[in-house]
Amino acid sequence: MALLSFERKYRVRGGTLIGGDLFDFWVGPFYVGFFGVTTAFFAILGTALILYGAAIGPTWNIWQISIAPPDLSYGLALAPLKQGGLWQIITVCALGAFISWALREVEICRKLGIGYHVPFAFSVAIFAYATLVVFRPLLLGAWGNGFPYGIFSHLDWVSNVGYQYLHFHYNPAHMIAVSFFFTTTFALSLHGGLILSAANPGAALDEPGRQAEVKTPEYEDTFFRDIIGYSIGTLGIHRLGLILALNAGFWSAVCIIISGPFWNKGWPQWWSWWLELPIWR
Amino acid sequence: MKLWLPFAASAGALLAVASFVGAGWDAPPVASEQIGFRGTGMYHHRDVETEAALKAANIAPPAPWEADPTGDKASALYQNVQVLGNLSGDQFNQFMASITEWVAPEAGCNYCHNPDNMASDEIYQKVVARRMIQMTQSINVDWKAHVAETGVTCYTCHRGKGVPAQVWSASLEPKPAGNMTSNRGGQNVVAVNAGKTAMPQNALMDYLLGDKPIRVHSTTALPTGTNTVGTKETEETWSLMMHMSESLGVNCTTCHNTRAFNDWDQSPPQRVTAWHGIKMARHLNVNYMQGLTPVFPANRKGPEGDVLKIGCATCHNGVQKPLYGVSMLKDYIDAVAVKGPTDVPNFSAYIPGKTEVLGGAATSVTQP
Repeated sequence: MALLSFERKYRVRGGTLIGGDLFDFWVGPFYVGFFGVTTAFFAILGTALILYGAAIGPTWNIWQISIAPPDLSYGLALAPLKQGGLWQIITVCALGAFISWALREVEICRKLGIGYHVPFAFSVAIFAYATLVVFRPLLLGAWGNGFPYGIFSHLDWVSNVGYQYLHFHYNPAHMIAVSFFFTTTFALSLHGGLILSAANPGAALDEPGRQAEVKTPEYEDTFFRDIIGYSIGTLGIHRLGLILALNAGFWSAVCIIISGPFWNKGWPQWWSWWLELPIWR
Repeated sequence: MKLWLPFAASAGALLAVASFVGAGWDAPPVASEQIGFRGTGMYHHRDVETEAALKAANIAPPAPWEADPTGDKASALYQNVQVLGNLSGDQFNQFMASITEWVAPEAGCNYCHNPDNMASDEIYQKVVARRMIQMTQSINVDWKAHVAETGVTCYTCHRGKGVPAQVWSASLEPKPAGNMTSNRGGQNVVAVNAGKTAMPQNALMDYLLGDKPIRVHSTTALPTGTNTVGTKETEETWSLMMHMSESLGVNCTTCHNTRAFNDWDQSPPQRVTAWHGIKMARHLNVNYMQGLTPVFPANRKGPEGDVLKIGCATCHNGVQKPLYGVSMLKDYIDAVAVKGPTDVPNFSAYIPGKTEVLGGAATSVTQP
């Protein structure tokens, strides 16, 4: 059902990557497509396996349910279902569902004739996840290096993996990633505040009781030109936002893939190169 | 001209190159060790090449010969044998030959002895060596909770050097410039004893000489007002933990499940060994090293004038079990695996080059 009276005309056939017209239809508001079917398949199978893992596990406490990866001794081989094999199949399902979802976004972009910015952005998130559970375990030589699927257990994993390197705040890529996370929320709050301030101007100055007129982007630009001498502009702020957010995810992936495969001392020791620069060594 | 742009870009590029070339990155593969249950993230990844180099650098030397325990005692054969008098003549000479290789392989016997009067205490190194032999005996007898049956010898620390490579002393450098920079709270510089972090640089004075409480962790999830320690004390503890990790070439998960640092039930058993190790290092510094302060010349003390002290790295040298757990004790049972006389002379009465024999019981060693 179209939510708006004019929505129907955007729903055109074609643009599919695979399957031709076979899955080119909508169920209610949702476009299906071949990748909608695969998304549903992987998501349902993965969720069912997590429920199975919880059922054979020690607890139904939602916080403590955990599907752990295999022991390191299994290396890059398949593990028995109850000794980490579940984790391996669930990881395949998760990646299958995420990638299917991204490709479904691509098909919708093709239908609408718009750019691929949204699926590209989502791909960076998938890349960060794949870094944690595929690329880094491959480089370290064991699937056991992936993180466990559980609300508390994955936090405990993050804590212990950080402390493997004594003080993770000294990880240079972690520093960059954290800076991007802070900056992206900062930029979004400035942008959100600015748009809301132009759309909600409050009472008119000249006439008590009357609402002032909603302001145009020129006012928004002028606000930032007045306060910091520069406005990035209406389109530019969205480019900036996307770049900041994607960098946050990208550098997060970098900071963990270098921890272990390419650096296995404490991160504070990494800074020896700085202490040994020829200018003050 | 906007010259700042090329300058900034060049500086950035140079630093980026330096961080890639100078940092010493390790390429895969790694040797991994699983410490906790699967999925807890309690792993230790070691670089294969670094590990091979460490193994090559930490080999226990064999004894020069097998000593004959029979025959006259050293106390009857030689003069002024205050601690090792119970050894047979052959055992005594074998130990002297070994200690020379362990501590002064180049200087030889004369590092401690006047060749014209071997019994004399006039060279300060001999006075120190006697006390260090007492210390080694105490470690092997009283501190089995830490050194187990593996034990230690002089070589565990000395490795062919007069002063072990990994010792520490009060660290107050660089001095603040003054005015507003005067109070940096003992931190914010490169703390060499805390893994080159910017954390408190002098924590070893508090914990391995003093007995400041190390356990700062609250035992409840929410604050109750009973634990008043703050970030400062926590970072001092972290600083000590950095020293321990770097000394043993391990990471925090070797002794802790970091989800609850405080909880012994969740900690690997190594934490118990380490706990005894902290107490041992403190005991040795207080009861053996500090007392020797008047004997050491100024050039054998730290920049602040305090005696060089024992830390975890002194024995461990970057390895979790010193010398990879190889025991050297079996060749020196009577010399260092049993306790001889524990009397301590009055070191403040010692005058280098003058004192012929420094003996006589003044105080006794404090028992652990």
